[in-house]
Amino acid sequence: MAVQTPSVQPTASSTAVTTRPAPRRRSRTRLTAIRFARNRTALFGLLMLILLFLMAYVAPLLYKWSYTDLDFNAFQQPPSASHWFGTDQTGSDLFAMTARGMQKSLVIGLLTGVICTVLAAAVGASAGYFGGWTDRGLMWIVDLLLVMPNFLIIAVLSPLFQGTTWLVFVVLLAAFSWMITGRVVRSMTLTLKDREFVKAAKYMGVPAPVIIFRHILPSMASMLIIDGTIQVGTAIIGETSLSYFGFGVQAPDVSLGTVIATGTPAAPSFPWLFYFPAGCLVLICLSIAFIGDGLRDALDPNSSRAKARKNRKSQEGPTS
Amino acid sequence: MGRFMLRRFVNYLALVIIAASLTYALAAISLNPRANFEGRNPKPSAASVTATLNEYNLNPDTPLLVRFGHWAGGVAHGDLGRTVTGGQVNDEFGRRVGVSTRLLLISTLLGSMGGVMVGAWGAIRQYRASDRISTLASFGVLAMPVFVIAVTLKLWAIDLNDAVGHKVIEYTGEYDPGLSGTGEILLSRLQHLLLPSLTLIVIQIALYSRYQRSSMLDVLGSDFLRTARAKGLSRKAALMKHGLRTAVLPVVPLLVYNVVLLFTGATFTEKIFGWHGMGEWLVNSISTNDVNATAAVGLFTAVVVLIAGLLSDLLYAALDPRVRMS
Repeated sequence: MAVQTPSVQPTASSTAVTTRPAPRRRSRTRLTAIRFARNRTALFGLLMLILLFLMAYVAPLLYKWSYTDLDFNAFQQPPSASHWFGTDQTGSDLFAMTARGMQKSLVIGLLTGVICTVLAAAVGASAGYFGGWTDRGLMWIVDLLLVMPNFLIIAVLSPLFQGTTWLVFVVLLAAFSWMITGRVVRSMTLTLKDREFVKAAKYMGVPAPVIIFRHILPSMASMLIIDGTIQVGTAIIGETSLSYFGFGVQAPDVSLGTVIATGTPAAPSFPWLFYFPAGCLVLICLSIAFIGDGLRDALDPNSSRAKARKNRKSQEGPTS
Repeated sequence: MGRFMLRRFVNYLALVIIAASLTYALAAISLNPRANFEGRNPKPSAASVTATLNEYNLNPDTPLLVRFGHWAGGVAHGDLGRTVTGGQVNDEFGRRVGVSTRLLLISTLLGSMGGVMVGAWGAIRQYRASDRISTLASFGVLAMPVFVIAVTLKLWAIDLNDAVGHKVIEYTGEYDPGLSGTGEILLSRLQHLLLPSLTLIVIQIALYSRYQRSSMLDVLGSDFLRTARAKGLSRKAALMKHGLRTAVLPVVPLLVYNVVLLFTGATFTEKIFGWHGMGEWLVNSISTNDVNATAAVGLFTAVVVLIAGLLSDLLYAALDPRVRMS
């Protein structure tokens, strides 16, 4: 198999990995932060996500109604000062329900994103580093999982996990969404494997797991971080989609998917039952997408946006 | 090339067989068809339920391997078994593939072409207002789960119908069974097709335009475009003839892949707009504990992935002379 090796080796990054002096690392983090902060969409996304987190976790503490409360004086009421997002046919407060659903969706998304990225990194790097039968075996599993449609498998398995914790659901979601990243990590490992700093460590007798976790994976940290953010968004969409059909988070528990699903049938006459929770869901995913995009620009050493923006300014002058 | 494809095919085939078997096993373990009969009124006797389950090869008390053997033997002969209600899975399968095809044909055509156009246009006008707006819009669409898009469109259609006072846009089913006359039937079908197609088109445009935009950006700075301009081609002609053609190459396999996967990926669209296609079947068969139907969908998806993979490999080789597969 022909392995593509980039003809131009970025020397800066390889020295950063081998010597890795503390001040340089800090300066790289700072550089990333500065570039991130210059990106207005990304900052907006971050701000929005923080506000959504506050809405999910802090607002319910100060709010009059809890998600289990029923207000028998207000059935199907439109949004008002007492019920910010209105109520549904049983008198549940929609704001409290939405906040509760957001808590669950955010936690599931973040956990799945982290687990999925770690899994992809571990499997992909091992396959690439060890090669041979390890590689073949692991890639065969990747292919198999790609052929088995994850939506169908998780949905089929859902009856087995009815009445258990939602953590099972996190595990299932993560187990079926790491494969593509795993492949990317594998091919990046193949190019890194022959680099001097990895070879040096190998001949010095550093054990393989240490090489993988100390030398190979840090070199692709930016890719993993970006991919992690994307995975969080994907996981939230996956979770809500499955829950919408009742295959995900189950009844006593609340997720954004179940809140939206229960609101949908009545939505033509009582639109707030759909628009508010769906709007919150879209805002979460949108803010994560903005952050991911900003991180990509900030972490990518030859990102074109900073340069392009400067060019544009010099050519056309400050417009916008 | 031939040998490469053959090896690829054999490898995929093994994967499909294993994936389909695993899907059957999972469905057979996890779903409980007996529950369907116990919910009936009047409740049938336990013995008759068991007899029916045995007849359909759905009895959970039969060892899994025996049930699997029956199922696999049937599948090898092209018989996908019986549904929970006793119908032939084959009949249902054929009907639903037809529905899905009718739904997907127009929308994938418009969606993929639109995506390529929007992406290329955005790249050519990078960082101008139009590019920013289309990028932002595609971010917005991709941040929405399909069911949010579909239900929102449906709610808007209802509002519009109310405002007009007449059902301009239909949002359930594929056609109106009460109609006669070719013109009327055709119009009704179009009315029914509008919303689900729109859902699929919007999503596809958003997705493909992202890929097309970045691949077009890579091409824009290339030497061959400069050469084409130096030869005297106008900017437009150079971009269209040389730029777009090269830039669309890496997107095509992905496009094929996604289009083929849509057959079961249109689950939400079909379910929400009441089209009885493959995607809807997936959800329905799981919620009705229909083991054989679920297995059929699993088998179908696996085969579809196989076809998509082979097709995108082939297409890439056919389109890009630089690719030599041996």
